Amino acid sequence: MASVTVYGTPLSPAVSRVLACLFEKDVDFKLAPVDMAKGQHKSPDFLKLQPFGQVPAFQDELTTVFESRAICKYICNNYPEKGNQTLMGGRDGDLLAQTSVDQWLEAEGQSFNPPSSALVFQLAFAPMFGFKQDPAAIEQNEAKLANVLDVYDRRLGESKFLAGDDFTLADLAHLPNGHILVSKNEDLFMSRKNVGRWWEEISARPAWKKVVEMQNAPQG
Amino acid sequence: MAIKLHGQPWSNNTVRAMAVLNEKGLDYELCPVDLRAGGHKKPEFLALNAFGQIPVFQDGDGSVFESRAITRYVATRYKETGTDLLSASSAALETWLQVEGSQFNPPMFRIIFELGIKPLIGMSTNMSVVENESDKIGTVLDVYEAHLAKNKYLAGDEFTLADLNHMPEIYILSKSAKFDLIDSRPHLKAWWEDISARPAWEKTAVSLPF
Repeated sequence: MASVTVYGTPLSPAVSRVLACLFEKDVDFKLAPVDMAKGQHKSPDFLKLQPFGQVPAFQDELTTVFESRAICKYICNNYPEKGNQTLMGGRDGDLLAQTSVDQWLEAEGQSFNPPSSALVFQLAFAPMFGFKQDPAAIEQNEAKLANVLDVYDRRLGESKFLAGDDFTLADLAHLPNGHILVSKNEDLFMSRKNVGRWWEEISARPAWKKVVEMQNAPQG
Repeated sequence: MAIKLHGQPWSNNTVRAMAVLNEKGLDYELCPVDLRAGGHKKPEFLALNAFGQIPVFQDGDGSVFESRAITRYVATRYKETGTDLLSASSAALETWLQVEGSQFNPPMFRIIFELGIKPLIGMSTNMSVVENESDKIGTVLDVYEAHLAKNKYLAGDEFTLADLNHMPEIYILSKSAKFDLIDSRPHLKAWWEDISARPAWEKTAVSLPF
């Protein structure tokens, strides 16, 4: 039935990025757990799927893909007739619309992701796994992220979503880290009027809510 | 309107865009942005890229920022001109494009910024950053080495955008004392020798200050 398998846990931000895309696209999938505590992600079998030993990995009847943003693009390109039709920007052949999505997806990966991932580690994962928090790292990364969010706030004052009028992969890519950060320090997003408006809208999408349900379910 | 590329030839991100334009045999004007004078923070520049970063690409249809979005745009818009840089399965191409941006570039940039770029812009190199990042990048490069033992190019049998996007940083590294990171890995070394011998790359390289 489901010929798509995603390897990893929904608690991993990168995995949850892919799950959000699959729900948006109405593509059925099976989630195969990878026991990181037992080092399964470094096992020879897993390294065949993902040679860097990281989650997620994605497999369908045709091929294997890794890197969450690459998986999202692959899903959009290879299941074009399913679910959300505008995740990659506009209708067929609108290159400028697609380029706008690419541009903001790159901004997410290069500007938003590094400081937000560092903060997610410090604020959520460090306490969870018993590591000591580093106040200097928290302060530096909050400052970097604040600069990025200021740019976003100006953009979202002129544009409904990052790439244009439609919700796209560029917005979706922010959901995993955004969700964790807002739960730890809502002010970061919500004190900025346009970022706050955007965040409320994108995090209320049914596809994202399904991912959060998976994250909140007992992990087994 | 002719193609304009706003940036600097000492910036690896600008070089990425120059490389794709040369692969496509496209004429363009390199418009220098004076970062020391705050050119990237002026309203006219922020109107093109609100992040205040180089490069920015402009042609008759619009403007694009983020070097990897620029290279993607040029490769797609001008697919029928020059080499087709997208000739690979979507799975392999998307994966290795992303691997460059997420796994390879962060540590590699930190190394080449210290060794290659800082000296050109009047800043001093921090060798402990170089050593730390050189240690960390080894595991990433080992994955590349194993992959290139089985694949001629990153996304398969043909040179694609996935290979091209790596070139600025490796070139800058090749001018530094840390090139052994590539040179000591036979398949990485062979791949670099092949792709850097491309006439389009040689045309890019001669215009650079490294």
